Amino acid sequence: MSAFVEIDGVSLTYRGATGDVPALAGTTLSVARGEFAAVVGPSGCGKSTLMKLVTGLVPPTLGRVALAGQAVDGPVKLAGMAFQNPSLLPWRNVRDNVLLPLEVVEPHRHRFRAERRQYKAQADELLATVGLAGFAERFPWELSGGMQQRVSLCRALIHQPALLMLDEPFAALDAFTREELWCVLRDVWHKIGFTVILVTHDLREATFLSDTVHVMSARPGRIVTSRLVDLPRPRDLAICYEPDFTAIVHELRSRIAEVRQA
Amino acid sequence: MNKSADRSEMLERLSPLLFTAGMFLLWEAVCRLFKVDPFILPAPSEVFAAMVQYWRPVLRHSYVTLWTTMAGFAIAVAFGIVLGLIVGWSRVIYRGLYPVMVGFNSVPKVAVVPVLVIWFGIGEVPAILTAFLISFFPIVVNVATGLATMEPELEDVLRALGARKMDIMLKVGIPRTQPYLFASLKVAITLAFVGAVVSETIAANAGLGFLMTQAGSNFQMPLVFAGLMALAIEGIAMYALFALIEKRMTRWAFRSSMSAAG
Ligand SMILES: Nc1ncnc2c1ncn2[C@@H]1O[C@H](COP(=O)(O)OP(=O)(O)OP(=O)(O)O)[C@@H](O)[C@H]1O
Ligand SMILES: [Mg+2]
Repeated sequence: MSAFVEIDGVSLTYRGATGDVPALAGTTLSVARGEFAAVVGPSGCGKSTLMKLVTGLVPPTLGRVALAGQAVDGPVKLAGMAFQNPSLLPWRNVRDNVLLPLEVVEPHRHRFRAERRQYKAQADELLATVGLAGFAERFPWELSGGMQQRVSLCRALIHQPALLMLDEPFAALDAFTREELWCVLRDVWHKIGFTVILVTHDLREATFLSDTVHVMSARPGRIVTSRLVDLPRPRDLAICYEPDFTAIVHELRSRIAEVRQA
Repeated sequence: MNKSADRSEMLERLSPLLFTAGMFLLWEAVCRLFKVDPFILPAPSEVFAAMVQYWRPVLRHSYVTLWTTMAGFAIAVAFGIVLGLIVGWSRVIYRGLYPVMVGFNSVPKVAVVPVLVIWFGIGEVPAILTAFLISFFPIVVNVATGLATMEPELEDVLRALGARKMDIMLKVGIPRTQPYLFASLKVAITLAFVGAVVSETIAANAGLGFLMTQAGSNFQMPLVFAGLMALAIEGIAMYALFALIEKRMTRWAFRSSMSAAG
């Protein structure tokens, strides 16, 4: 497997009015094409910063970031992103929210008017896969938090991105909805096979979904452990209660406890 | 359907009328009871009689004030939106222009009227310009605020798709300034009205401000008050119109903030 995302010895220091904040120091990480990677670590260690680096929204102070063999030196123009806050546009209905990326990203933006009907069908199909069939014409305020998060996920996926960046997308949801959305994400990933980098605080979530879990140190962050999750796929929620699974979760937990102490 | 709920809703609808009528009754009673000199404070009955008697000049001057206000307001809206978008577009422009605008806004516009008269002579032009100068500021501030308070995460989502700044403005920035803009219009129209009348009072040969100054120097107190009444009616009508337009145009903003609060 060739590395799709490569972060090589990257440091990043935020310049602020009250002094410089070193957010990342010597982070090295690589994610293969089609891999599901999770990043966990103590709060404020630079996980969100890492996401911005990979997507080219901020440049590194030191080191090199590359995507598909190309050095990243500006916004990458292809990544789908979703955050803890769904941040949907309240004046657009669900379908038009999902279609937003197609109005922006190449090459769809030039075809958008001409092929609107086909895109609409595509959006409705995607909404159906996350369990939102029949909600396309509703407005965001008519949806529950979990439903809004599904829409946000669809918006991140509609242009079939090669790279999906998720920053604590399920953190604000209740346990049942969260587990349901794990399965949604798992199924979409199996079906389309894009590369995912998922930032999360939930170690069970990281273990259940990913191929590799990367543990970051406290700020300034760097990757201290990369744990391969060699559980068989496709995984079912029942796996969360098996000893192999819990062993990995415990291992990760103690690793994070260590880095927080350090 | 609940009868007592119906009645309380009725009462709520009628209450503005009831309170207005009550105020006039109280005013009338005070004037009669204490035998107030109509030269100091005419009773409402006398004011209304004067309105009926002088309806032609009152109507004619009301019309002049109405159109000068509207003309100044229209310029303020066009100018305010453009300047607001420019100011909200870039931090540098925002930083540079803000103190200038605050300084400009804190100059009492009455002080500007004599200058305008020297430039444009006595008449409608100074009234229009005063209305414009006094009312554009809240529009600029609100439009700029609408742009500046855009969720950074949404901006990240779009930038990671390769959106240009113009895309972000068109898809997100400008639509989301709408409720801010419409909220500012009802403030701005009242200010424009004040500006027009102030200018007419100082230097004009038509308009309600002019009418009242004239009537005052001729000691026609009931006519002065008839002018005041016409001002109040016109002011309320314009405010109500823009409040209604606001409600109509930005329904989604009311809904979504309601759901966010719930
Ligand atoms: N725009 C910024 N300017 C200055 N400092 C910043 C900025 N963004 C983040 N930081 C700092 O960089 C550090 C890492 O921030 P980051 O948001 O990447 O953490 P995180 O791991 O995502 O935290 P959390 O788990 O709480 O979301 C923090 O200490 C934060 O104070
Ligand atoms: Mg974060």
